[in-house]
Amino acid sequence: MCGICGVATPGPPPDAALLLRMVGRLRHRGPDGSGYLRDEGVGLGHARLAIIDTAGGAQPLSNEDGSLWIVFNGEIFNYVELGNELRSRGHAFRTASDTEVIVHAWEEWGEEALDRFNGQWAFALWDRTRRQLVLSRDRLGVRPLYYAHTGGGLMFASEVKALFADPSVPRTLDPAGLDETFTYWSPVAPRTPFAGVRQLEPGYVAYLDANGFRSHPYWSIDFPPRGEEPGQDARANAETLRDRIVEASRLRFTRSDVPVGAYLSGGIDSSVTAAVVARHTDAPLDTFSLRFADDEFDEGDYQQLMARRLGTRHHEVVVGPQDVAEVFPEVVRHAEAPLLRAAPAPLFLLSRLVRASGYKVVVTGEGADEVLGGYDLYREARVREFWTRDPSSDVRGRAAELLYPWMARAPGQAPAFARGFFGMHLAADDPALSHRPRWTSTAALKGLLTADMRARCAESGAPLDLLARLPAHSAGWDSLARAQWLEMTTLLPGYILSSQGDRMLMANSIEGRFPFLDRDVVAYADALPARHKLSGLEEKYLLKRAFADLLPPEIVRRPKQPYRAPDAASFCAPGAPDWVGDVTGTDALAAAGVFEPRLVQGLLTKARRSGGSGLGNTDNMRVLAVLSTQLLHHQFVVGDGGDDAAPATPLTAIDLTVEGQP
Amino acid sequence: MVEQVQTRIMDFIVSNYLFGDVSRAPAPDESLLESGIVDSTGILELIQFLESDFALEVKDSETVPDNLGSVANLTRFVLERSPDAEPAV
Repeated sequence: MCGICGVATPGPPPDAALLLRMVGRLRHRGPDGSGYLRDEGVGLGHARLAIIDTAGGAQPLSNEDGSLWIVFNGEIFNYVELGNELRSRGHAFRTASDTEVIVHAWEEWGEEALDRFNGQWAFALWDRTRRQLVLSRDRLGVRPLYYAHTGGGLMFASEVKALFADPSVPRTLDPAGLDETFTYWSPVAPRTPFAGVRQLEPGYVAYLDANGFRSHPYWSIDFPPRGEEPGQDARANAETLRDRIVEASRLRFTRSDVPVGAYLSGGIDSSVTAAVVARHTDAPLDTFSLRFADDEFDEGDYQQLMARRLGTRHHEVVVGPQDVAEVFPEVVRHAEAPLLRAAPAPLFLLSRLVRASGYKVVVTGEGADEVLGGYDLYREARVREFWTRDPSSDVRGRAAELLYPWMARAPGQAPAFARGFFGMHLAADDPALSHRPRWTSTAALKGLLTADMRARCAESGAPLDLLARLPAHSAGWDSLARAQWLEMTTLLPGYILSSQGDRMLMANSIEGRFPFLDRDVVAYADALPARHKLSGLEEKYLLKRAFADLLPPEIVRRPKQPYRAPDAASFCAPGAPDWVGDVTGTDALAAAGVFEPRLVQGLLTKARRSGGSGLGNTDNMRVLAVLSTQLLHHQFVVGDGGDDAAPATPLTAIDLTVEGQP
Repeated sequence: MVEQVQTRIMDFIVSNYLFGDVSRAPAPDESLLESGIVDSTGILELIQFLESDFALEVKDSETVPDNLGSVANLTRFVLERSPDAEPAV
């Protein structure tokens, strides 16, 4: 796990000082060493977190004859098997790293190598013979990869702040990126919150050479036609699913030269992954949990139940509203995006605990809800779909009241309005039937924008352009599959795996590994009948069935509790840190030009009356949107996002340019 | 009386949900839910407002759009429940 960056330029070779500045800005992603390569037309940079072949895996790294170079962030979990195959085909390896496997696999198979990789990656390959730069990102977007076209050239990096190390890269917020954020919760790749900064889409490969820049998908999310799923027997499917998850967890636990810990959230997903990895070690597993001072959010009882059951060495961090407020600016600096929830902040504090406990790698349950049908949104969609078949039915409408029993301010408390809300925008032929309530309620945030920003946002095309990207054959999928496609295209890569995932982990130099996002688990899950994921309104049905014997019944049976943290309450109570007032001052708001100052003052006055507690969902999102967007502007548009740390030592410097030769 | 109650309700909606943005004030018959002004949790603020500012008690069975779904419905509901309604403040 690491940070990568680079520059491609038609002019003189990239400046080593720029490469070092870029690498320095990724130091948190790789504090164990750094490296760069200069060649005619290209420069590559790397910040290393040493996990596999800690002695020999320094980067940039090349093939036997030095014609193909790589910088790589991530893991190829099946590198041992691929390495054996490549050795049998005559490739000579100098290291025991998974990085070198990518280089030889690319030599051997070209782009088809990507199909063989089971892992999480962002990498750049420099082919000296073809004078071609290749960029690739894993299937679901676990690892980030940003780029910007600059004066005939290209810059790329794991994080935007490394691109901004070059002062000639423009730093402005993109109204279209904000519009998507205020609809889907995050921009959808290739868009980012910053104008002119793109991100490679998950599952894509890109090439830059004399023919220019081009990209295309090597993989895409797909589902079988409804009714034509290959396996229809729930018992057999549960067995196979279990085998795949066990194997995925084993690979993620054993393929490391440093110890691997596990997160325990108290839910089913991380209980499954922790229980499975615990079987692969004789030493007690170290588990890590997030606790909340507020009972509404805390899941400590379930976490401790599971930790006791597994006999782990259990570590906890207890988070209160003031902790969230204190770290939030740093959280936004790492997330590099507006945040509509405070939920990433506690995860930043959790990865800090992991680091302080001497760990670099954790296995987590992330991805199960998307892949195996765990979200309330899927249940809500099923109710809405049931309803569209008879919109006038009072009985059908009442099903909406079954949703969200966990919410302290559940819509069930004003049931007729809950029904009204979930009954809006009901059109049986709407491919986004599942996501309309979320998109519509999130779009209410745009009411706070300045008139100018509102007009510029209106040009973005969301959500129509997203629906246009749904594959034509998706009309034959089960509606759950369409909801999963939307979720796996928007929120999963755009928020869950980035703002709540990679960024909060890597901020403290921790690599996350996600068995539920394993290539073979996802392929199997996507081909399951929808009723094996969501059975009636019971979520993750097959997963519960597959692992019933490994989990305490209390955990299998507990109602799902979405991960939430105190939102507005963290920032609007007396004693909030000074930065809250600073970024919401009239001058700061006017400088950003995003939100109408008068409306923001009205919002904050309302929120502060109750100390930020007891606000509705939309107001909580409004407060978070304003604070995070203003912080983003302050840090990345007024400032340039960097702390200009020196790259970590030891430094590997490779100069292949003419001027670099003795 | 009708006008007074309606104005008080409209003022609350504009200040509480629109933060003073009168340009987005709803028409009296416009659905507060469908226009996106009030979300499904925000409806509780409306109930609290009626209870505190008009000294009404709103029963669970009364929290329906026919009573609370628009400014006109709210005005009628308040006047039906307490014909002499004077804003408490």
